[in-house]
Amino acid sequence: MTAEQNKILRTVPREKAFYFFTSIGNYTGVSAISLKEFMEKINVVDVKSLEFHLLRRDFEKWISEVLQDNELAAEFRKLQEANLTGYPLRNRLYVAVSKRLKNLNSA
Amino acid sequence: MESGTLRFKSNGFPLDAVDMGILEALQTDARQTYMSIGKQLGIAHSTVYDRIKRMEQYGIIKKYTAIIDAEKVGKGKIMAVMTVFTDPKESERVAEKLCEAPQVLEVYSSLSEELQIIAKVVAESQESLHDFIANSVAPLHGVLRIRTSMVTKKFKEIPLSILNDPEG
Repeated sequence: MTAEQNKILRTVPREKAFYFFTSIGNYTGVSAISLKEFMEKINVVDVKSLEFHLLRRDFEKWISEVLQDNELAAEFRKLQEANLTGYPLRNRLYVAVSKRLKNLNSA
Repeated sequence: MESGTLRFKSNGFPLDAVDMGILEALQTDARQTYMSIGKQLGIAHSTVYDRIKRMEQYGIIKKYTAIIDAEKVGKGKIMAVMTVFTDPKESERVAEKLCEAPQVLEVYSSLSEELQIIAKVVAESQESLHDFIANSVAPLHGVLRIRTSMVTKKFKEIPLSILNDPEG
């Protein structure tokens, strides 16, 4: 596994975690400190939170700036442009992250 | 006003009617002179001076401050009430951390079904309010979840005053 892959798959400190909100200032109590945990939390968090963050491009920003995974960030950008909501959105996000994780782990 | 006819409890420090009169006068206008307060209460300005110094020493008078209109100085365009649900073991520390933030004006704790910390927060914009909560409050150890309500209109805001004590 390359250093870049290790960087993407690493566990980040708590202050760099992704915190899921449903609207401005309303934190769900769900957070993720790694890409793997992020994928798990996509399945359990209120779907309103997924819609909120996708619209604001927060996922894209966290993936690119904190995890430094530009490939997955680009995938999220495409999803943002697809205007998905509800279950289809949750499903697409989950699939995008799980595929990426599989690629990173098998490389 | 007769001195010593009325006694008020203040955690061991006895306050009489003269002290209460001085406190009322200071809460109306803390910049007025000892002479002016003395005139209003019918006592010597030196008495006013002595009483004020004593109340300052005992922490009855905590400080003199200015009430600033945040909007007029271009600060705090957004005001919000933030309720932080916390792990009881960490709540004290979370409250202390919130107190350190310049965006946080007031911090209270409340125990209903869960332990909550309630804070009044100001920010330049909704975005900066969200950044503050997401980057500085949510990551604190012991924070379980946060509910924030944006203030849309202010109907009343006054400092706690002995002049309008609801108990009379």
